Amino acid sequence: MGKSKTIQVDYLARVEGEGGLHVKISGGAVTDVQLRIFEPPRFFEALLRGRAYGEAPDITARICGICPVAYQMSSVHAMEDAFGVRVDGQLRALRRLLYCGEWIESHVLHIYMLHAPDFLGYQDAIQLAKDYPDVVRRGLALKKIGNDLMSVIGGREIHPINVRVGGFYRVPTRQELADITERLHWARDAALETVRLVATFPFPSFEQDYEFVALQHPDEYPLNEGRIVSNKGLDIAVREYEDHFAEQHVAHSNALQSALKGRGAYLAGPLARYNLNFDHLSPLAQEAARAAGLGRVCRNPFQSIIVRAVETVYACDEALRILAEYERPAAPAVPVEPRAGIGYGCTEAPRGLLYHRYEIDERGLIVNAKIVPPTSQNQKMIELDLARFVSAHLDLTNDELRWRCEQAVRNYDPCISCATHFLDLTIDRD
Amino acid sequence: MDQHPPTESASVPLVIGVGNAYRGDDAAGLVIARRVAEVARGQARVVEESGEGAALLEAWRGARFVILCDAVQSGAAPGTIHRLEPAWTPVPTGFFRYSTHAFSVAEAIELARALGELPPRMLVYGIEGADFAAGLALSPAAGGAVDAVVCAVVADLQTYNKE
Repeated sequence: MGKSKTIQVDYLARVEGEGGLHVKISGGAVTDVQLRIFEPPRFFEALLRGRAYGEAPDITARICGICPVAYQMSSVHAMEDAFGVRVDGQLRALRRLLYCGEWIESHVLHIYMLHAPDFLGYQDAIQLAKDYPDVVRRGLALKKIGNDLMSVIGGREIHPINVRVGGFYRVPTRQELADITERLHWARDAALETVRLVATFPFPSFEQDYEFVALQHPDEYPLNEGRIVSNKGLDIAVREYEDHFAEQHVAHSNALQSALKGRGAYLAGPLARYNLNFDHLSPLAQEAARAAGLGRVCRNPFQSIIVRAVETVYACDEALRILAEYERPAAPAVPVEPRAGIGYGCTEAPRGLLYHRYEIDERGLIVNAKIVPPTSQNQKMIELDLARFVSAHLDLTNDELRWRCEQAVRNYDPCISCATHFLDLTIDRD
Repeated sequence: MDQHPPTESASVPLVIGVGNAYRGDDAAGLVIARRVAEVARGQARVVEESGEGAALLEAWRGARFVILCDAVQSGAAPGTIHRLEPAWTPVPTGFFRYSTHAFSVAEAIELARALGELPPRMLVYGIEGADFAAGLALSPAAGGAVDAVVCAVVADLQTYNKE
């Protein structure tokens, strides 16, 4: 066969997603923290201009390979909002089912492959797998079930092809859902095992007084619909998002940072959802949370890994509930008539609130688009958390500090590669 | 796109093209896969993957000979072709570019090794990219490398199928 080559890599200069962290310490205190991020979705906002409304779910799905369904769901809901279209009944349930698949695969990937190694003292999941191959295999098998659920409903696990404004291109028969239903029973048990595993991890004491922001719905744990609420008095319709949230450009980052007007940083994601919607978790998920030592409210971001595991249990439960009640709808989609206007959509991606707004012209073409991913929204809070965390651990060496900071950044499961080991920490001490 | 030769079995070579069609040179692996599927019709099963690690582990499960093609960003000159055999050398983590999450091609290979799930024979072609910004075209350097890798993969398949 051919020759093999050894590749010497001295430094990887990523075009996007490189996370840089700069900390300035002066007189024994942290005086500045900068999280430097290059954010890709801005290109997509430009790419969408002039495209037909129906292309939005397929184009925006390319923003992320781990959470494409979130982009598809936010975009179709925004378009339906613009056109006065309502998707209900089994089609609405199928959308929740698809989203459950994504929550499972995304949360499980993060728990097992990205975050658990931190808590167990391993450099990465590969080292973890050498000592605990069965744990890693369970994670991979559980993730695969999430992906397969996305395939069955969405037509393909990465960038599903079956989603459109008004519903789907094709809806499954009950027979076609039999296999994934069977496997979701195992998945639910594996998810419960996951909660038990992560509950044993050592968690630093780090409780903060966050403003949590998430969707809230009167009848269900939120996925696609609801009002945007916080634990400090915010309660608005999705279309009022830009009246209350501002984006600003900071010199040290190409990403726009979000803030609540008049209040500043806030936290979106599983912790926010959990704290604002605990009562709508399934009884099994609530019980798993309690058994893991969580109360109704959790303010320690390091325990986000437990909340992700609890949400994975919920997603399995919710998927099984929807599958048990499923009856194939007569039509795969409701009729859609485009018209000029502005539409707003906000859904709960695995990482938190994902806001889309589109202006459409009378031909159904996109005039402009605004997309605010959850990781953008959490940037300010990541910086604040890191500032507080570093302040409390100034005695550590720079190497130890970098390791702990990466672990702290991973609490947010950021959808940019600053969650990797390429977090370039520079510390300026004087 | 998935191409199934008439007799599908684990002994049929598997060609995996990895990439993102919307990110410039990140499409290199996908372009190679599509061209190999046309040129080497019937000689291999050809699939496309986004590069997410767990999906890769599933894609090559059970295959006995795997050729994987992807864009890389290692600091070498754009258009450089890297040819790796994981059976002989570990793949440096982070060598392959995956835009958002840390668990990508290199990690999948090393994880498979740790779990005893590495395909018995595996070749990895890395095409050094120049431009990964949002866009639909390959840079000239990457385009040239793609041509060369398609030829190399076809030759690899012919050699394997003769054995």
